[in-house]
Amino acid sequence: MVTSAGEGARFQSASDQSLLVSFGQEITLQAHQQVVKLLRLLESEPVAGIRNLHPAYCSLLVKFDGLGLRHEEVEAILRRYLGRLEEVDLPEPRQVEIPVCYGGEFGPDLAAVCTMHGMTPAQAIELHASAEYLVYFLGFVPGFAYLGELSEALVTPRLAVPRRRVPAGSVGIAGNQTGVYPFATPGGWRLLGRTPMAMFRTDRDELSLLSIGDRVRFTPISAERFAALEKEWA
Amino acid sequence: MGVIQVQEPGLFTTVQDLGREGFGPLGVSASGAADAISLRMGNRLVGNAEGAAGLEMTLLGGTFLFPDFGATLDGKPVELWTAFESRPGQALRLGPTCSGARCYLCVRGGIAVKLFLGSASTHILSGLGGHDGRALRKGDVLNIGAASVSSRERSLSARALKELQARKVLRVTPGPQSDWFPESARRLFYESRYRVAEESNRMGIRLEGAIVPVPSGGEMISEGVLLGAIQVPEGGKPIILFVEQQTTGGYPKIANVISADFHSLGQLRPRDEIRFERIDWETARALLRKQEELFASD
Repeated sequence: MVTSAGEGARFQSASDQSLLVSFGQEITLQAHQQVVKLLRLLESEPVAGIRNLHPAYCSLLVKFDGLGLRHEEVEAILRRYLGRLEEVDLPEPRQVEIPVCYGGEFGPDLAAVCTMHGMTPAQAIELHASAEYLVYFLGFVPGFAYLGELSEALVTPRLAVPRRRVPAGSVGIAGNQTGVYPFATPGGWRLLGRTPMAMFRTDRDELSLLSIGDRVRFTPISAERFAALEKEWA
Repeated sequence: MGVIQVQEPGLFTTVQDLGREGFGPLGVSASGAADAISLRMGNRLVGNAEGAAGLEMTLLGGTFLFPDFGATLDGKPVELWTAFESRPGQALRLGPTCSGARCYLCVRGGIAVKLFLGSASTHILSGLGGHDGRALRKGDVLNIGAASVSSRERSLSARALKELQARKVLRVTPGPQSDWFPESARRLFYESRYRVAEESNRMGIRLEGAIVPVPSGGEMISEGVLLGAIQVPEGGKPIILFVEQQTTGGYPKIANVISADFHSLGQLRPRDEIRFERIDWETARALLRKQEELFASD
């Protein structure tokens, strides 16, 4: 159990300039909140010599300047921060709605996913679009949010052979996660649809549409609406 | 402000500096020069700040024209690790590599591009940073930044250059999941020679050779990863995460290349043979300190 003094948090030297802090080995809301609280505390009260932070499901990787700091020193500092996690008030999560045109050329794997689960496309879309998802963290590439949990009935393994190029805006599922590809990249998630929304833009203040802790819903839209929105948001 | 015209880009040439640190929470990796030591040395030679943006060429160099600034020896050989002045209209031509994988061209004033999150580095996968977020093409024109008046040219001693030479025996510390691998798998990893696979790039260096048995006991939960982490995915072929790495990963990591050897990764060519040598944390720290002292020495 993770106590307020952070005794339950596990520290591991991940490299000569990084330390991994883990909150258990299970994806839970509690672990997620510990990660976010520690992240927010380190962002609001930065530590000299800590260079970067990589949050994930139930861990935070802390990169530091190995010329000025040692693992033990970073651990001691982090333990003090962990002792203060209860002070951190997380804001009400932002609600973000993402329009998705499901199936057809935008969702080339929808049919196969339906076959695997013995359901109709309408049922699969309903399952995917009726849930509210939590942004556990951003990773992989800029702005890629790991969203969970997917309805159990939709849980599907990754593609055996990843695609060399997944178009930007593609909405995919993998295991019990779902997510949107911000850029045209290689990818092994099964694609159900596509959004005309830009997940990551450098010409706005909030570079990434989603940030850790947000709540997300997908709204089905028609191909016509997709085309109209794509034009409007270009 | 001068410009550089790209006559021939070479195989894969990008604008790089020392990268953008601090944006892990957005999924943005630090990126930056594949061989940061070489870029820093190049910048010192031309009197720049060590982190100024330069051109990173891969395996095959390009041809660059300095029409209103000066360039180099049309046809006359230019030595590596030197700074030289150039006259307008001269072309600097670089051929294929004789050793190592990457060559840096640094110009006084640095390459001036619009910064993305504080860095000029090109991030190929997302198409951000650098020159239009992509590798250079024939006909591109790059701006050269203003040189600071006070800057002086600094070279490194022959001894420092020798000590900073890229290594083929990469020193590593244990990875967070080292203990997941049975003793026999770890022994195999450290005793084997690995070959750099063709499909390596700035995201990851893929290795061929002894298959490392993947630990049983199910999938691990994705966690943060950094440059130099050695992942063993299903199939048992190790991958060294490189400068344009993903910020999180779900494969067990058997080891991690030490920071003092990061620049050696940038000089690995496809088919190069490497092996790994395990060292302790204290030695890794001492080696990093020693490396930085070489830069501070003059």
